[in-house]
Amino acid sequence: MKKVFTRPRSLKDIPTHYCPGCTHGIVHRLVAEVIDELEIFDRTIGVAPVGCSVFAYNYFDCDMFQASHGRAPAVATGIKRVLPDRVVFTYQGDGDLAAIGTGEIVHAAARGEKFTVIFINNAIYAMTGGQMAPTTLLGQKTTTTPYGRDKDINGYPVKISEMLSVLDGTAYVARVSVHDPAHVIKARKAIKRAFEVQLAGLGFSLVEVLSACPTNWGLSPAEALKWLAENMIPYYPLGEYKKPAEVG
Amino acid sequence: MAKVLMKGNEAIGEGAVRAGCRYFFGYPITPQSELPHYLAKRLPEVGGVYLQSESETAAINMVYGAAGAGARVMTSSSGPGISLMQEGISYLAGAELPCVIVNMIRGGPGLGNIAPAQSDYFQATRGGGHGDYRVIVLAPASVQEIIDLMRLAFDLADRYRNPVMVAGDGILGQMMEPVELGEEEDVQIPPRPWAATGRMGGEKKLINSLYIVPEELEQHNLKLARKYALIASKEQRWEEYRLDGARLVLVAFGTVARICKAVVDRCREEGLAVGLIRPITLWPYPQKAFEPLMGKVDSFLVVEMSLGQMVEDVRLAVNGRHPVHFYGRCGGMLPVAADVVQEVKKLYGGEGN
Repeated sequence: MKKVFTRPRSLKDIPTHYCPGCTHGIVHRLVAEVIDELEIFDRTIGVAPVGCSVFAYNYFDCDMFQASHGRAPAVATGIKRVLPDRVVFTYQGDGDLAAIGTGEIVHAAARGEKFTVIFINNAIYAMTGGQMAPTTLLGQKTTTTPYGRDKDINGYPVKISEMLSVLDGTAYVARVSVHDPAHVIKARKAIKRAFEVQLAGLGFSLVEVLSACPTNWGLSPAEALKWLAENMIPYYPLGEYKKPAEVG
Repeated sequence: MAKVLMKGNEAIGEGAVRAGCRYFFGYPITPQSELPHYLAKRLPEVGGVYLQSESETAAINMVYGAAGAGARVMTSSSGPGISLMQEGISYLAGAELPCVIVNMIRGGPGLGNIAPAQSDYFQATRGGGHGDYRVIVLAPASVQEIIDLMRLAFDLADRYRNPVMVAGDGILGQMMEPVELGEEEDVQIPPRPWAATGRMGGEKKLINSLYIVPEELEQHNLKLARKYALIASKEQRWEEYRLDGARLVLVAFGTVARICKAVVDRCREEGLAVGLIRPITLWPYPQKAFEPLMGKVDSFLVVEMSLGQMVEDVRLAVNGRHPVHFYGRCGGMLPVAADVVQEVKKLYGGEGN
């Protein structure tokens, strides 16, 4: 019998700790599939963040680093400067990348560091108990915005892809979503392009993935995907914000 | 070989290059700036990488990445910048990554000033960041000793897979002295089978300090404790100066130890039996230096450019067997030899000594 669907080589065959309906698992799989497809598994080094995806270092089967909160782009910079012929990626959430780690992500992008960032935007701090993230939408209720995020108190959500795409050092910036199969396929294409940009030595690449957190949003997995599509995509428009001419 | 005239900060850079260091990540701060200036020129000459980071926080995490990828790597800063690096140093210690961190200590707390000080002693010798860990701390007292200790710093970092701090002060960094550089060796960096360099057909490697299961973290902590005990037993270094028959022993490190040598000479000329212990390793503290003196001396006088920090380690070493006195200047002020001599005379042969 022909095998038409199997676990990617780059993912370990172990259960994850992610909640039911969490989309981290989908994104892990997409990254692993791309690493497999590009045949770069043996020379890929990943950097896991602090946050829900901290244990990504257990799930990806390539060499991995665990970085302190927000500093994955600095750690990746150190790795890539020492081993320029390796493929390096960071996997970071919105608290990690868009709050405590803004300095590191902006300057890694500005320097045009030749690694790939997978940025999970689920509009909330999940691991620590559903607090407001820099990407939390206006009006969105979290454990630290019980009356909804108020612009006069908490300011506005941060649009990372738009911000980084204006820097000369960035080569590829895209925002995708994984709320339905059609978008999952598009997300996979963007992730593949980001790694291709790195392999071509064109500069810094980042894919922002709009992601669901049913547990901390207080919704069922199906409701969460619907909420993402109806609320997050209007504020965080999907698309390729920056793309080098060399990539089709 | 002819001697060359070098600034202390430049000597750190040259010493690092000669020790096989090819990667430097750092953020500008006074009074260590000549070191990044030197390496920005020097590292590209030897195929290395000099990278100016956006902050000390980023710098130490670049060090974490480079060290985990198997490089001999260094960063450098002073007071406030070293404070910012502490989270990263804790991670480096937890993940057991070798690296060298230079602290050209300036006056504090807060922004303090840019004048020389030794007030980061507690921070350097007690771990500095969160969690149970130690950093090996070397304290050179001359530009020549900087050259000699840089190689040792990298070798110790590799031998024990542990961060090593080189602690100087603004004077040591800025002053020029003639140094013998010696022949440039072809340094063989020890193999790093643990480094995460991409699997390349091998086993998966992980650079990590997270042990979520308490039983596992305790085992990791105990493993680190065994390593620290080994370092403490094998790596204590110090210099003794005119200890023969000394009744009062000065204890000082770095620049202050040089002033204290002059104090010892002056006291000896006046017939006072005074000697000096100069710790070269601040951690592990050279407790062994004190044992042979127990019961043979009257007292100790610790001289520091702080409100009194190393004095606590001397008290631990002496453990109540002799009085331990303190004299210090702070805020960027230097102890003057004549004042230390006065202090010695106050104590020498006095009651309770």
